[in-house]
Amino acid sequence: MRRRVLPGFGLSLGFTVTYLGLIVLLPLSALAWKASEIGLAGIPRLLSSPRTLAAFKLSFGGALVAASINVVVGLMVTWALVRYRFPGRRILDALIDLPFALPTAVAGIALTAVYAPNGWLGRWLVPLGIQVAYAPLGVLVAMVFVGFPFVVRTLQPVLQSLERDVEDAAESLGASRLQTFVKVVLPTLLPTLLTGFALALARAVGEYGSVIFIAGNIPLRSEIAPLLIVQRLEEFDYATAAALGVVMLAFSLVLLILISMLQRWTRRWAEQHA
Amino acid sequence: MKLRPTLLALAATVMVLPAMAKDVTLLNVSYDPTRELYKALNTAFAADWKAKHGDTVTIQMSHGGSGKQARSVVDGLPADVVTLALAYDIDAIADRGLLAKDWQTRLPDNASPYTSAIVFLVRKGNPKAIRDWGDLVKTGVQVITPNPKTSGGARWNFLAAWGYALKLPGGNDDKAKAFVKTLYEHVPVLDTGARGATTTFTQRGIGDVLIAWENEALLAKQEAGGDQFDIVTPSITILAEPPVAVVDKNAAAHGTREVADAYLTFLYSPQAQDIEARNFYRPRSPEVAAKYAAQFPKVKTFTLAEVFGDWRKAQSRFFADGALFDQIGPGN
Repeated sequence: MRRRVLPGFGLSLGFTVTYLGLIVLLPLSALAWKASEIGLAGIPRLLSSPRTLAAFKLSFGGALVAASINVVVGLMVTWALVRYRFPGRRILDALIDLPFALPTAVAGIALTAVYAPNGWLGRWLVPLGIQVAYAPLGVLVAMVFVGFPFVVRTLQPVLQSLERDVEDAAESLGASRLQTFVKVVLPTLLPTLLTGFALALARAVGEYGSVIFIAGNIPLRSEIAPLLIVQRLEEFDYATAAALGVVMLAFSLVLLILISMLQRWTRRWAEQHA
Repeated sequence: MKLRPTLLALAATVMVLPAMAKDVTLLNVSYDPTRELYKALNTAFAADWKAKHGDTVTIQMSHGGSGKQARSVVDGLPADVVTLALAYDIDAIADRGLLAKDWQTRLPDNASPYTSAIVFLVRKGNPKAIRDWGDLVKTGVQVITPNPKTSGGARWNFLAAWGYALKLPGGNDDKAKAFVKTLYEHVPVLDTGARGATTTFTQRGIGDVLIAWENEALLAKQEAGGDQFDIVTPSITILAEPPVAVVDKNAAAHGTREVADAYLTFLYSPQAQDIEARNFYRPRSPEVAAKYAAQFPKVKTFTLAEVFGDWRKAQSRFFADGALFDQIGPGN
């Protein structure tokens, strides 16, 4: 066997597998095992209910939209933080992490206080016919809030290591600003952007605490899938709750696999065009 | 050599001490709005027990949504006693064999030492003129009540509304269903818990009326200070009976049966009844009730047993998956 730089490969792999098994795989298998009580026949029945479908649509649809918004805005914010020096930059940089650290219930309360019809922003928005709190839009706002730092923190180191010379070179070769961005900067950033997207998406799909505060929780309209799970638990129906959880898990896994495939593909594409 | 007798004496002392004055710890798993209530009750009980037996009792509390608390006990939270919002949650613990199925007959008054009633909290001056259940479905009235699927308190609210419609002249199940359906169409936000609904109404300014437990309404009114809210007592309402029980298996395992029993019996004592009344729960004792008559206006109530049988029946008829609430629920 070839000697490796770091010794103890067998040990570290063993540790990794055991640890992942205990922390991730074991709870997930417990979930699947609980869910198996309703049987394979139970899953289509579970999914055919309009209420369940509406909740899944809101959870996954909302998460997709929120992650997309986060990627665009996150890129702009990261760009500003990395490329420019301005007073208060460090404070802004620290603020980004706040949604990471904040208990989600606190985030929910804070967001609701802002967007409720008598809140700071809500009192101006509601007369304009824009209902944020207690509507699907509120769900989106909460999902954007909790997912935002994932995009910035993924993008930041890559953007920092991105040499400015390349852009200068492109410019000196006669490329317009837009051309430089689309043909030089974006391809390099694309895999990272996709990673940020995946992380923000995953967080939004699973988010419970902050969303239920602002959602209004009206069935078929502003009810998220995790809330349905809580409702089943409240009926002491562990099996259905677990089954809903497994369906969410499956959806999320498929989405994450798709994104990681896309990421690999863009990386290869970027390397070929570098 | 000289050390040995000292050590022996010390060991003997240590072994004798517990027999003289024991330290007993009880875990009471309760629901959300009982924090202040049990803080006062626990102090009183500990003093009472110490005076009678010389032992120090420490009562640990756990608060949360009633259903969630029951689930924790089912899943192994070692509660010696449970004091929850509805009997259904204790039934669920009994179903898992942790206490006797007939637990509700082991203490007086359906094992509920204190009660509450479902009332309305309205904004100062009652601008929408809400006097009774029928006013809740008037055009332009927004009603705040939590989701009965996730909140025990909300289930009492639902049953109170149903019972009102049923008891109207010519009332029947179909009319009650229609009334409750219309009522929930007036609900813009379904919070997951009772406290959340209170916040939505009092802090966010949403809705014209909050359907709430009387103790929660009185507390909210007091918390708000000044005169921001009025309480409206409807013509008829349900008597909310939050039950208490010793969790047999856990108490046996911890050797706390005797203290646990005494703790729950204490809740019926005049001293405890007074504390309960001061914390806005209606006392069972007529004497204490008379003392607090100003705080608790006379109200016509019906019990769950009178109209719905028991919680198992109510749960499967109204709140189970696909049951009545799912059929009429908002959005359907």
